[in-house]
Order: sequence, then structure tokens, then C-alpha cells
Amino acid sequence: MTDQMDAGIVAQQIAEHPDALSKPYAGGELGRGRRRKEDAKLVTGQTNWTDNISLPGLLHMTVLRSPMAHAKIVSVDVSAALELPGVIAAYSGADLADVMGASMPCAWPVTPDMVSPVHTPLATDEVRYVGDGVAVVVARDRYAAADALEAIAVEYEQLPAVVDMEEALKPGAPLVHSDKGTNQCFLFDFPGAGADYAETVRGAGDDAVVVRRRFRQQRLLPTPMEPRGVVVAPIAAADEFTMWSTTQIPHVLRVMLALTTGIPEHKLRVVAPDVGGGFGAKLNVYAEEILALVVARKLGRPVKWTESRSENYQATTHGRDQIQDIEIAATKDGTLLGLKVELLADMGAYLQLITPGVPVLGAFMFPAIYKMPSYHFTCTGVFTTKTPTDAYRGAGRPEATYAIERIMDELAAELGRDPMELRRQNWITHEEFPYEMVAGLTYDSGNYEAATDKAEQMFDMAGLRREQAERRERKDPVQLGIGISTFTEMCGLAPSRVLGSLSYGAGGWESASVRMLPTGKVEVVSGATPHGQGHHTAWSQIVADSLGVPFEDVELVAGDTRSSPKGMDTYGSRSLVVGGVAIHKATGKVIEKAKRIAAHLLEASEDDLDFGKGTFSVKGSPEAKLTIQEVALATFAAHNLPDGMEPSLDSDYVYDPENFSYPHGTHLCAVDIDTETGFTKIRRYVCVDDVGKIVNPVIVEGQIHGGLAQGIAQALYEEAVYDAEGNLTTGSLVDYLVPAAPDLPHFDTGRTETPATSNPLGVKGVGEAGTIASTPAVINAVVDALRPYGVDDIDMPATPERVWRALQGSDEERATAGTVSYGGSSTGSTGGSASSDSLENDGSAR
Amino acid sequence: MIPPEFDYVAPTTLAEAVAALGEAGEDAKILAGGQSLIPVLRLRLAFPTTLVDLSRVPELRGVSEDADTLVIGAMTKHSDVVEDPLVQQHAPLLSEATATVADPAVRHRGTFGGALAHADPAGDLAAVALALDAELVAEGPGGRRTIPARDFFLDYLETSLSPDEILAAVRIPKLRGSWGVRYEKFNRVAQAWAIVGVAAAVRTEGGAIAEARIGLTNMGSTPVRPAAVEAALVGASDRAAVVAACAAVAEGLTPPSDLGAQADYRAHLARVLTARAVAHAAGMSS
Repeated sequence: MTDQMDAGIVAQQIAEHPDALSKPYAGGELGRGRRRKEDAKLVTGQTNWTDNISLPGLLHMTVLRSPMAHAKIVSVDVSAALELPGVIAAYSGADLADVMGASMPCAWPVTPDMVSPVHTPLATDEVRYVGDGVAVVVARDRYAAADALEAIAVEYEQLPAVVDMEEALKPGAPLVHSDKGTNQCFLFDFPGAGADYAETVRGAGDDAVVVRRRFRQQRLLPTPMEPRGVVVAPIAAADEFTMWSTTQIPHVLRVMLALTTGIPEHKLRVVAPDVGGGFGAKLNVYAEEILALVVARKLGRPVKWTESRSENYQATTHGRDQIQDIEIAATKDGTLLGLKVELLADMGAYLQLITPGVPVLGAFMFPAIYKMPSYHFTCTGVFTTKTPTDAYRGAGRPEATYAIERIMDELAAELGRDPMELRRQNWITHEEFPYEMVAGLTYDSGNYEAATDKAEQMFDMAGLRREQAERRERKDPVQLGIGISTFTEMCGLAPSRVLGSLSYGAGGWESASVRMLPTGKVEVVSGATPHGQGHHTAWSQIVADSLGVPFEDVELVAGDTRSSPKGMDTYGSRSLVVGGVAIHKATGKVIEKAKRIAAHLLEASEDDLDFGKGTFSVKGSPEAKLTIQEVALATFAAHNLPDGMEPSLDSDYVYDPENFSYPHGTHLCAVDIDTETGFTKIRRYVCVDDVGKIVNPVIVEGQIHGGLAQGIAQALYEEAVYDAEGNLTTGSLVDYLVPAAPDLPHFDTGRTETPATSNPLGVKGVGEAGTIASTPAVINAVVDALRPYGVDDIDMPATPERVWRALQGSDEERATAGTVSYGGSSTGSTGGSASSDSLENDGSAR
Repeated sequence: MIPPEFDYVAPTTLAEAVAALGEAGEDAKILAGGQSLIPVLRLRLAFPTTLVDLSRVPELRGVSEDADTLVIGAMTKHSDVVEDPLVQQHAPLLSEATATVADPAVRHRGTFGGALAHADPAGDLAAVALALDAELVAEGPGGRRTIPARDFFLDYLETSLSPDEILAAVRIPKLRGSWGVRYEKFNRVAQAWAIVGVAAAVRTEGGAIAEARIGLTNMGSTPVRPAAVEAALVGASDRAAVVAACAAVAEGLTPPSDLGAQADYRAHLARVLTARAVAHAAGMSS
């Protein structure tokens, strides 16, 4: 410490703990493979899950759910439930109609004329999916509450289920919302930023080759380890409420709860305690959150609701569920002419927070990494009597990436070209960045060549192709397939002006506050809400590197609207590229303030100060220096500050990104297919991901691994199946197959590092990349193995039975020539395997 | 888990357990490892009045020898069956099949007897018991009786145990001579039920199959012993002969069509997997 400082008693105390202010910053924190700070408590059970929260007088809420996909509610009688021991209250939808709000929010009206049905937390007139809430019970314990559900009498008048999207759009189809007169939610038409697609293809005349396919994005069930739950504690006299919820979005939730229930925003505190994964399914405002809140308000007592896994599968939003008609056109030499995409997107029965926005987000990703002069995208949103869909890891981009990467392989097959060579011919080269895409985005940076070269080398592409030829030659019962996915994605949601142009209801900024404590420790407050991402660790590294303080000296405050009052929360791989940059910028403001004070204390001009590794030093006289911790202490004491300066280093920053971030990479997959059984085994998986500058390679690796597992799960394992009556027949983990470690291959991961140029850290998002990239790599490998057998597509998941049926040629007849509407040659298939239909109509016998 | 209310008793001897079951009456359920019963309770698909928990009855656990027979206590956990040296030596087919049951957590809770008494045709161990000509020892108020495996499995989730009987042990004749074994399990993810499973024990003499015993998992409402195929396999001395003999394995069977697979695909799998299991067990793999 210098003699200019006089921090009194605090300084004396600190002097007795000599390490407190003098711990030097060793440097190299950015890019260091730190173990995650949060893991010790996670693996020792010292977590604070929502369901662990217990309060004096806590009541337990359960929700009675519709067993029918579609029915008129004739009557709901809760009187018998009220007679049971331990039951405090029971309410039908009608009982709560005046307090539960007019409708739950959908924040993304994707077109001005979008049909937005009323969606109350409990159904009052009709139930519209199996799992739709009909009544609630509140009891002293969960057992009494569960028993009481069985005592509620509901009379239904069954209405026709609406299960199939195409059937739903036919004239005269039964309506999910009869008052709307249609099952079409919206038609989003996006002609791209380039030339007209049809004209471009016609212009190429006989030189145009057109390939079309129909791909299905099956419905998926997000399966976070922790299902949903909520606890609401009222202070009745003040009409104030604290809500703990398993949510990714406490800040958004608070605003939406206020708007929905009329409880003033400042009377609501929302806390996301430890949250065990979300994958997009906790990016929502849920009926049970509103119900717990209004019931707690009504009763003046704390209320808890925790869902079971079966309930989770019915009542938590689902993912994907699109039919993709995609057409790609190229000249005979393989140069792309354009892309036409027509989507049908299943909304489910109602619009949740961003239901309609998910497929529309994909509009910008279909052209992916490829240069093409024309592009046309349309998407029709469709209501069905199924659980609402919404964001699921990748949200819009996995669907788009799948379709483009699949059809690039089909185009290569049509042209007789090597699929990687065709990609190389058409992708943006690294010299061409920044590149303005036909879908309107400007990609800031990338190097597809570097990632691909590295991946091919790790994969031994040449060796595997040789082996493949040999196996084909000798008709080996185990055939080898090789799949490619050269992907990019848009993440770091999002520049607010872009969201505005897409009619999204909020901005895409993130906030950060950095607080220097008197002892030199740092609290960083972030509006990004962690639910498994490793924020505590990564933010500590950013702050440590920026301020020059030890990693251990940084603590994160997040996930509570009282202590981190401003935020847009966590989804869309935005935490680092938006929230992390906000933190970095806030630390810059801390350093600016500290520099003024240091200059004052060192009696030097600010211009003469250097700052590095946490120390201000005077140029030319290196012995005159102060650490940032010393400055923090001096600021706390405030005995000797520059005139007019506020005694605080604390700084806030709200960062609005100027662009999305565009991670990319090359994923290569080799599968062995047992042609006798149809079983697909992934034998090699290589991915080289470019996520820009890396803050923590361990966290990056973890995100890639988890992402790969989820993407592979879509390709080979997971599928939510509804029967013709609208029952979810894969309603438990017995029938909905989530792969575990033994089912997944070793992941051979590599990296290239092309910094993002649109943010000062050079970082890109990584939370969804693995999921987005891996699904088409696997399916391309499966189709590659089967192509000699005349197979040119397979529905997901590529189950052994589907593969076997494809090999038997018993798959639904796939057209070998589509109609030619632009001149030139054209091939197409309408996809859809026979097995999928027969499977779906044949529920479990078990 | 939020099950409906039930009474719970935990006897410490088999005699006490039989008495407790008798007292509890018709709507009582026996709790062994709980790997099937607990999920059913959790989903409120069953409403037993009493659970008789056998986990504190030591005499129901462990593996012993009785001359040419292996005796496995009904409450022996899967993980103990897998590790047991006597089982590995005298009934390696059971070790191999048990190692494929679900996942480690289930194998450390679930029991051999519980799995057999539950009689799910998709469970792996019933087919093994059938193939190995096991005998099931039941204890009831009238005393002890022994039921051959072929008479034990009556239908889907239905056995010849009467409601007041407890499965006490399983007796498995030791394999003597030149036997090879194989359990071919086909499932989509490691912890899932078998879509089809084939348990095979094959005795060879002079390079040809002298005796074959086969049990099929999930090819009907009970485990199945395809006697005609077993007979046809005798004398087979190469893979082609095995494949030919196994072609008829699904004849006369009515496997289920469900989310896991359609019946025709199951029949196909049974043919492929039976040939593989037998060829492997007979050392005719390539």
C-alpha cells in the first residue's frame, strides 16, 4: 500500500490478513480450462432446487389434466375433493376466471394477422390437448393433493382430435379453436434479400438441376434432469409475492406475470434458484406459475407445485414438429441457383411465449454457409390438439441446418459429385467475410476451409471411403456410411432492432453490473440466468482477466430479480456473446473509474498510467503503482478522491449486440449399419467447431458433448408419438428413448478459432452448436450407407426398423421424378416412410 | 413418488412373509426390488392395500449348490447374480443375460425372483429360465412346491403362483458337458427393454450341435421355447445349417406390435438373432 492511502480501521484489519489485497493476478485466465466453480455443490447435493424449498405453512398444488385431446367441458365438480382430509381448496377454471388473467402471453406475433387464441392457465370452455389443465387442488401435502385429484368430477363432451397438420389445413377439418374459423395460425412469407427464386431457376433453362425433398422434423420432448416446479410465497398484507421457479427467464417472467395477472411488477420478485437444465423448455411463462401465484394470493399462504416426469411430458412445451418441403436448384456444374423452402410448423393447441417465432427463426438459416442468388421461404403455422411446441435447443436452426445439409447430399448424388466437393464449390470462402447472405444476415467471420480440412484429417476421410468401397464390393452385411454437416448458425440472440423488425415483443440486450467490494473481491451481477451453463466460472474468468483479480475473488449474483434486477435471461446461446460482453464492458467502466482515482492517489496524470494484470503504474516510474484492490479500498474509504467523484467503482453496462454470432464447424460421422437388423452404430464422430475466442475450453467441450448427444438423439432415438385420438403414446421414459452414455460414441472434437468481429471478446455462442450440427451428419451417414440399396432418405429417428424396412424396399414408394416446373431436370420425393404411419397408429401394447 | 396410500410390512423370515401375505388378503402386493412395482405405484396404476417387503428376509438371498443344481434365492439382486462365481461357472447364460438388464441402478435394486414373478415377456430373464429348464420354488400357506419354468409363465404378467404364494428360490440344473451360451439382446438404447431377445445354450459334439435350448424374449405374451427349431438344430455343423434351422423360429408365434416394433419386424429379428445366438454359442460365428 502507498502512504497516500488512509483507509482507517478497514485497512488495519485487512493488513492482518496479508493476502487480502495483494493476491496478484497471474494472467492467462481467458482460454483457461478451469474446472467449474458450481460443480462441487452440484455433485455433493448442496443445491437449492425449487422442489427443495420448504416454507412454514407450505401448501401443495396439483393440476387435474384433461385425459382427452379435445372436448367441451360440460361441468367440473370439485366438491368431493374438498371433503377429503388435508384439502384446503380446489378450483375449476371458472372459479379462477376473474384472477388468472385473460390469456397467457405469446410475445412473438410473427405476422400482423396471426391467429392468437385465448390461452387461460386452466381451460374454462374446452380442453385442447391431453394435459390441458382443468382444475387445481391445494392441500397440506402432495399425497393429499394427488388423492384429491381423483375426487374431482369432470364431465366432457368429446370433440374430434386434430393430430395431423396437413389434415388440419383441409377445408372442413375439425377446428382446434372454433371461434377462429381456421387451424392456420399464420402464413409467413419471406422472399429473401436476393433474386426471385422461380425466375432465377427458369433463367438457367436447361442448365438447371432441381432436387426436392420432404423432410420431417419429428416432435421431440425436452427432458431436462429437473422437471418444472414453482413455489410462491405471499406477504398478504403487502400484496407482495416471491416466486421461485425452474425457469430460464426470471426477468421476462416477472414482466409477463405482472402483465397477465395485474399484480404490479414491483410487487413481484422472481427467483430462479439452481435450475437443472432447460433446453428451451423453461424459456416460457407457464400456466402453473400463474396458478400458483393467484392461488397463493387467494389463500394468503405459500404454495408449491412440482411436476412428475409424466406430467412434464404432457404439460411442458415440446420441440420441433415441422414438415419441410425443400427444393434446391443448381446449374449442372454444381453452382447453386437458389433454394425454396415451404414449412408446416405444428404450434400445438395454443401459442406459448415464442411458439410461432421458432420456425420463423429458421427462415434466416436455410441458406447456411452457401452462396446463392435466390431464396424463398414460407412457413405456415398450424394448430393441432397437441401440447404446444416452443423453443428446444437450437430452435429453428437445427431444422434449417438439417434440411440444407441433407439436400446438399441429395444434390451431390443427383449430380454425381462428392458431397464435400460440392459444398466447397458453393460455400463462402474465408476471404469473402463479412458476407451478406441471401437470407439478409451479414456473417461477420468464418473459415469453413480450415475447419473442414482439420476435420477431414482427424476423420481419415480417404481411409474410410476406401473401406466403404470394399464393403460395398464384397456385399458385407455391415455397411459403412459417411455423413457430413458443414454448418453455421445464428446465435447470441439478438440485436434489438432485428428483433423489432421481426415483431418480437422485447429487445435482445443483456445487463451486467460489476461491484468492487472494499476487500478487493468482486461481485458480478448478470441478467443472464444460469441453468447449467457454467456462468459462475466463465464470468469469473472474464472479470478476472479484465480487472486483473484472482479467479477465486469473483462471485456471480444472478437469477433473482431483486439482486439482479435487469435481464433478458438465457436462451439462444446468448449468455457469453451478449451477457459476457456486457460484463466485459462493465469491467471497462470500473477500470476507467479506478484509473481516475489511482491517478489522483499516485499524483499522476491519467494519461501517464498503464493498467495491466490488475495494477496501475506510472509510465517511466514502475515503482509508483497501485493494485485495483488497493484502489477499491481507497474508494470505499473515500478519504481522498478526486473532486466531485462519487465514491464508487461499481459500474453497469447494458449491451445490445450489433449482430448475431455465427459459430460454424464441420461434423463428420461414420456409421456401421447392420443390414440384417437395421441397427445403426456410430463408429466415429469427428467435429471441428469454430466458436471464436474461447473463455473456457472445458465448458466448450461440455457444451459440444451435450449438444451432440441431443442432436444424435433426434437422428436415431427420440420421437414423440401421438395416436389418432391425440394421446401421447410416448409419455414416459420407457417409450421415449433418451440415449445415455452407453449409446453414444466417443466424440473426437477439435477446434479452429476465427474470432467474431462483431464483439470485443471475439466470442461466439456454443450452447446449441452441437445439436444443430450433428443431426444431419448422422442421417447423411445413414443415407450414404443405404444409397447403393436405392434408399435416398429416411425419416427420423432412423430406428432399426425404419432402416430395415427401407432396405426391404417396403418403404412408401418414393417418386424418382418430380414435376418439372422450371425447365431442366428435377427429382423429388415426398418422403414419409410407411413404417412411421403404421407405428404411430399402433399404440403400445404394454 | 406420490403413490396412493398403502400399509407396509417388512417380515424378516419367509414364514412370517407368507403369514403377512395371507393376512393382508387379496389386494396385497409383494415388494421385491421394486423396479416394476414402484413405477406402477408412482403412476397410480395399481392400488394395493398392503406391500409385503421381502428385502429383510435373508434366507431369500444368495446362491448355493444342491448337487447338480444351482439354487438362487429369489431376492438375489441382479448385480449379485452377475458377479456370482457359481452362476458364472454353472449358468453362464444367466450371468450374461442379467448383465444386460436395464442399467446399473436397476441391477443393484432389482431381483432375479422379482423379475420372474413379474413375468413381463419383454424381461430378459424369463427366457433364460425357460431355456435352462429352471424350476421355481414357491412357498405358501400349504407349504412348498416346485414349478417347472415351462408351467410357470401363463400369460402377460401372469404366473402360476397363487396370490398367497411367494417365490422363494429358483433351481437351475448345472450345464454339464461342452456347452456354449449366448444371450442376443436387441434394443435401441442400452437401458431399454429388449425388442427381441434370444437366450441360447448349445452343446456340441464333434463339431456338430448335439443339443440346443433356446428361449425367446418378447415374442409373445410369455417367454417362448421354440422346440421345433431346437430339434432342427441337432446335427448342424456350420453357420449355414444353423441359419437354415432357425428360419422357422417365429412360426406359430404372435409377437406384439407396439411402439418398439411391428410384429413382422420382430419375427425377422427373431430369425436373425436366434441364428446369431446359436452360432455364437456353438462356436460357428464366422
